[in-house]
Amino acid sequence: MSSEVMGEASLSIIGVLLLCLLFVMGVAIARLRNLFAIVILSGIYSLVCAAWYILVDAVDVGFTEAAVGAGMSTVVLLGAILLTSRTAKPERRLARLGPFAVCVAAGALLIYATADLPAVGDAGSPANAGVGLTYLKINWADTGVPNVVTSVLASYRGFDTLGETVVVFIAGLAVVLLLGFGERALGETLRKRKKEDETP
Amino acid sequence: MMLAALIALIVSMCLLLIRALMGPTLYDRVLAVNSFGTKTVLLIGLMGFVMGRSDFLDIAILYTLINFVSTIAVLKFFRYRSFQVPLARRGESRAEAPVTGGEPNA
Repeated sequence: MSSEVMGEASLSIIGVLLLCLLFVMGVAIARLRNLFAIVILSGIYSLVCAAWYILVDAVDVGFTEAAVGAGMSTVVLLGAILLTSRTAKPERRLARLGPFAVCVAAGALLIYATADLPAVGDAGSPANAGVGLTYLKINWADTGVPNVVTSVLASYRGFDTLGETVVVFIAGLAVVLLLGFGERALGETLRKRKKEDETP
Repeated sequence: MMLAALIALIVSMCLLLIRALMGPTLYDRVLAVNSFGTKTVLLIGLMGFVMGRSDFLDIAILYTLINFVSTIAVLKFFRYRSFQVPLARRGESRAEAPVTGGEPNA
């Protein structure tokens, strides 16, 4: 029993420490001007995010965050740096006020919207009535996965998720074929053909 | 025991974060990210051990793969300044590959 309590306590301490790391990184990303460093830090940010998602038992979200945030978006952002400069322009003080006002307004709207949400664990809320309740009842016996959302996503709607993944994969493949990487790229082929036409 | 191991991991993560923030050169930062990914993998493995969920190890392996691929991508970017260069080309030795700057395919 005491080891269980120790485990619980250590997990909550780890959660707090991970969130502190996230805060430090967020401030650093906002303050830095070197775009390479910002991209690299956002990769680390995604990794810590993914670790925290797994800590709070949202395994599927952590999976997606690691694949998209740490893997894909780092590469895409590095590709975007190719098209622009290596450091951000120094900002004017007054120019910060506009985005700040937009952020505050959006945050205030979101907080205002939470007033309408049902309380956590409210038995009468739509999520806990009907099909949600059924899933909560049969999930553990069916799949043995502690997180109901994960089990619905990956087990009850497994084929649906598989189909989505296939669609996204085909879309990505089509984009890569059109824009392309390396010598197979369509743009590269066209450029080569043009060069061959110009040189007799 | 577990708590000590987890705290040690977090402390090493903080040290790596300092290196990524201060890092004078880009390679310091790349190395920091790579080691940070390894620390995340270790953390997930340990959390699975603490929470009694051995299936976390599968996730840790996936993280290792993603970490490896993204490190390769970043290093390739620093080497060629472009993603448009295949890592291995037929009929061309590696010494001829462009080292810095410019259009590699031009």
